[in-house]
Amino acid sequence: MLVEELTAPRTIVAKVPQSFDLAVRALRCWLTVYRRTWRASVWSSVLGPVFFLSAMGYGLGSLVDKHGTAALGGVPYVAFVAPAILATQAMQSGMANASFPVFGAVQWSKNYVAARATPLRPVDLSRGHLLFFALRIAMNSAVYVVVMAAFGTIRSGWGAALLPAALLTGIAFAAPVAAWAVTLEKETPFNYMFRFGGVPMMLFSGTFFPVTQLPGWLQPVAYATPLWHGVALCRELSLGTVTAASVAMHVAYLAALAVAGLSVAARTYRSRLYV
Amino acid sequence: MPEVLVRARGLTKRFGSFTAVDGIDFDLYQGEAFGFLGPNGAGKSSTMRMLGCVSPPTQGELTILGADPVRDGAAIRARLGVVPQEDTLDVELTVRENLLVYGRYFGLPRSVIRERTAQLLDFVQLTERATDMVEPLSGGMKRRLTIARSLINDPDILILDEPTTGLDPQARHVVWDRLFRLKQRGVTLILTTHYMDEAEQLCDRLVVMDHAKIVAEGTPRELIERYATPEVLELRFDPDVHDQAAEKIKDISSERSEVLADRILLYVADGDETLARVRQAGLEPLTELVRRATLEDVFLHLTGRRLVD
Repeated sequence: MLVEELTAPRTIVAKVPQSFDLAVRALRCWLTVYRRTWRASVWSSVLGPVFFLSAMGYGLGSLVDKHGTAALGGVPYVAFVAPAILATQAMQSGMANASFPVFGAVQWSKNYVAARATPLRPVDLSRGHLLFFALRIAMNSAVYVVVMAAFGTIRSGWGAALLPAALLTGIAFAAPVAAWAVTLEKETPFNYMFRFGGVPMMLFSGTFFPVTQLPGWLQPVAYATPLWHGVALCRELSLGTVTAASVAMHVAYLAALAVAGLSVAARTYRSRLYV
Repeated sequence: MPEVLVRARGLTKRFGSFTAVDGIDFDLYQGEAFGFLGPNGAGKSSTMRMLGCVSPPTQGELTILGADPVRDGAAIRARLGVVPQEDTLDVELTVRENLLVYGRYFGLPRSVIRERTAQLLDFVQLTERATDMVEPLSGGMKRRLTIARSLINDPDILILDEPTTGLDPQARHVVWDRLFRLKQRGVTLILTTHYMDEAEQLCDRLVVMDHAKIVAEGTPRELIERYATPEVLELRFDPDVHDQAAEKIKDISSERSEVLADRILLYVADGDETLARVRQAGLEPLTELVRRATLEDVFLHLTGRRLVD
């Protein structure tokens, strides 16, 4: 019997595996849970893009295209809006994954509380969960990219980079949101985040119309939002208007946000789980 | 001499100005079952969290398996099993998947997890529920599953924080039986409890904690011998004469007494003999009980309060 071996005296071997291994251990837990729950989310992640592209791209687009698309860079509205919706859904996926599930892992299911008693450290739990979010964002975005391609809205070979661009956008939101979500005692602040963060960004970050259509004073605000960088990056890739400088700027901005989120999370996870 | 697995000296935990654990000293030896007995809020759970390497001590010295819990926390935790006070099972998963997920946290290969899962589910009598979801299991079953989960890494020390709190008496006895078997097999156990019968049944040695401090230490028998008498005479009087009777008993008996709200306890060598003297003095209790002294009496003596209200 297993427990009989315990009588032998033991001294501890201070051998901790590499951080990446530990994060993957945490990730595998979430994958096991996801295997049980993925069916609930699969239809929304396929039908969402189809609905959105049909309504926005063709419904609204047919109206827009009649009045000329010079302000859009001379492309049909559907080609203009599709990559922006890709970036927006990546943001939403990042926010949604990193909010309630992180909060729940402390307060409801207590996955983090169970896992902290194992060799996993708070930083491993943070990274492992973020890896899972990245996977979810990538899955949703991949479906979206396929739908975009099927609708013929990808007009450049750079479109091959749309998936990583959307993934980066999603992580740029997920990492800071997770760092914040783990500190919360109540879940109500998430509603404020979606209502006063997610929705305005979706509406005013150049998603449905170019930022240049906004009043002059509002334009710098739009350019400062992370979503605008995600939208601009995806749009430039999809339309082939990309330049080295613009890619560098967008990627640097989004990557900085992701890295900042991760490093803050390392601290907030620790102070939350090690009391 | 058995190996010392945990050594604490002046161990202190403060949260702001509140001192949860105030300079406690203890040693845990290989193979023993060591208990922290005390009421809620005595500092037991804070101590367990420090031992579990998820709560850095504010002050003092703590060595677990020869290592520093702050610097080597992850390596130490790899060798610990923890049964937390609250269930932290994943209710969206099956019984078996809970063990699989937990085993992976320890980096165990799937084949090892599979083998141990079979043994452990058998040990906690949950083999038939292996593929069931956790959610509908009873409180006692969840507790047993948590114990199985805590053993998946074949730990050197098993830490149990209030292992039977919230269980009905029958479920509690099943858990005690399993823990007693672990103890018989030489697993080193640390447990906290505010049930004196739990401490008496399971602990080889225990400390009594009150207000963040250790107030006594020893085997259950030693503690009873030191702080109580061989027998206790419990008398219950009509509430109207309760106070008068208490006064009168102090005159009759030179032995120590504790006057509770509903009963009077007399700490004596021979309960029947004292009862006869009480009756001779013209006092007629409604009920009387002569029993052997327990840890509850020890606690009452040390703190002036009862363990569970």
